[in-house]
Amino acid sequence: MQGKCGLFFTSYRGEAQLFRSGFQKLMIGLLILALLAAPFVLNVYMTSVMNLIFISVIGAVSLNLLTGVCGQISLGHGAFIGVGAYAAGQCTLHGVPFPVAILAAGFITAMVGMVFGVPSLRLKGIYLAIATLAAQLVLEYVFLHGGEITGGSNGLLLEPPKMFGFSFDTEGKMYFLLFFCAAMALLVVSNIMRSKYGRAFVSIRDFYLSAEIVGVNLFWYKLVAFGVSSFLAGVAGGLWGHYTGYISGEQFNIGLSISYLAMIIIGGLGSVIGSVFGAIFVVLLPEVLNGLANGLGSVFPDLSLFLVALREGVFGLVLILFLVFEPEGLAHRWGLIKAYWKLYPFAH
Amino acid sequence: MEYYLQLFINGLVVGGIYSLVALGFVIIYKATKVVNFAQGELVMVGAYMCFALTVQFHIPFIWAFLMTLVFSVLLGLAIERMVLRPLIGEEHISVIMVTIGMSSVLKSLVQLFWGTQIKVYPQVLPSEPVVIAGLPVAPVYIAAFILSAVLFAIFSVFFKYSRTGVAMRATDFDQQAAQSMGIGIKNIFAMSWCISCIVSAVGGVILGNINGINSQLGHLGLKVFPAVILGGLDSLLGAALGGLIIGVLENVCDGAARQLLGLGGFREVAAFIILVIILMIKPYGLFGTKEIERV
Repeated sequence: MQGKCGLFFTSYRGEAQLFRSGFQKLMIGLLILALLAAPFVLNVYMTSVMNLIFISVIGAVSLNLLTGVCGQISLGHGAFIGVGAYAAGQCTLHGVPFPVAILAAGFITAMVGMVFGVPSLRLKGIYLAIATLAAQLVLEYVFLHGGEITGGSNGLLLEPPKMFGFSFDTEGKMYFLLFFCAAMALLVVSNIMRSKYGRAFVSIRDFYLSAEIVGVNLFWYKLVAFGVSSFLAGVAGGLWGHYTGYISGEQFNIGLSISYLAMIIIGGLGSVIGSVFGAIFVVLLPEVLNGLANGLGSVFPDLSLFLVALREGVFGLVLILFLVFEPEGLAHRWGLIKAYWKLYPFAH
Repeated sequence: MEYYLQLFINGLVVGGIYSLVALGFVIIYKATKVVNFAQGELVMVGAYMCFALTVQFHIPFIWAFLMTLVFSVLLGLAIERMVLRPLIGEEHISVIMVTIGMSSVLKSLVQLFWGTQIKVYPQVLPSEPVVIAGLPVAPVYIAAFILSAVLFAIFSVFFKYSRTGVAMRATDFDQQAAQSMGIGIKNIFAMSWCISCIVSAVGGVILGNINGINSQLGHLGLKVFPAVILGGLDSLLGAALGGLIIGVLENVCDGAARQLLGLGGFREVAAFIILVIILMIKPYGLFGTKEIERV
């Protein structure tokens, strides 16, 4: 396994540890401290970008559990996030406390996700992809024509989240809430991946017939994968809705599903750290393009007109380039970099 | 009753376009097993190319149309060589995502060159409606329908009798066996992308003649999925029939929902609800090959 030189395990329990060495614990502790200190140093714009990254991390890691670990392609993740947003929004509008509303949104989304997961027993590969595409488009229609529940095309207006009399009404305050939720989501998924369920998911992804022969109940485990993934998607949706303060059907279109799939492809399928890298990459890409367009605005004044089209094109191009040249994603590259420094300066 | 008859006829016309696009999709899927999410964008690129040649470069329509077809062949070759060939043998999700990425790139290129406004084709066919079964139908629609039928007939004959067509069917049946019989699999893959691009471009030009083109035309590509699932993913006849049936069902459901339930915009989802139902009861469609898995 990976780890520093001279690190050996004498038990399975040791090898399955979340943090394998003291050095790793130290680095993660330092990272957490740095992230906790970040909002006091960064300006409002950068904090808002960080907030978007946290929300995307939750969505990406949940999709990665379903698609990367369990192998069930979902083109409907954006719509599931939307279900969570509307569910949490309706809860808080009816006076339910915020933490309860977020959990309720998770459970409602898990229910919806499991309903759409039922076909996964019969459908595989592209058929499942097309079925989830249908789910996405049907849910989009429901969002726009849901009457009072979804607010139709007007959408829903939400207050900033309140917890125990404390209101998360600025970017800086939101930062800590979202950071906590993202960290929890990462912890939950990492722990699922090293449990019995995680191993069952991987066996289903690798070859479902062998998995069934060694005693994995395909239907149950696929359903659990859809349920857990949708739960986290619902949480991400609830947080996103309350963060932006406004929910409308257009936010949760097929493009959102595609960008989440892009995150896990770019980051690395089946890897928790990859989901984080992918989320950072996909959120930062349009921001960097915006910055470039502003910077080059004096040289090419027409550039900002083309920005929307350009953004989509660059996104597609990056996706293609990653699939062709780095199919295992940024997580693979990260592993290579770590391996290089582990042996530095003696490469062999 | 006349209301529903009108819906039916309109559905057939839209279905003709769906059939064409579905035909392009199936040709690629049959030979290469690639699920192409960029089919709608191929239609759009073809339509814009013909528009640019006729309106911006003032080339007579027939010549512009032929040049569009040549361009489509080149586009198909480029896509196959640069994007899809490195991914041969990769997982489903990678191939799906690469075609999605391709659709973003094509859409963005169209927006960069031609903007997002709707573009209107010059009038090629007369605008006087023809009366069929007591209902007025524009000649463009009839031309679209006939052209779809003719293309379908040409491809049926091509796949049945021509040397290349037989080679393509052999590749579809068993790639290894086909290769050991001396069929160049790579050429077959390139060929199917070219043919698919041509079919899509024809669809795009017809669509442009009907109600103009804009950069959202690519959404049409999503409508292909209900059609091909209904017909069976690897059946040409299925694609043609599936497109027509989905076109009709979609229009009739939309009309019924509007009249009986007062719901607007049901057209967008009707086809996908049908799609889910088909997947539940008959996942390999009307004419698709059943996949049998052995341990």
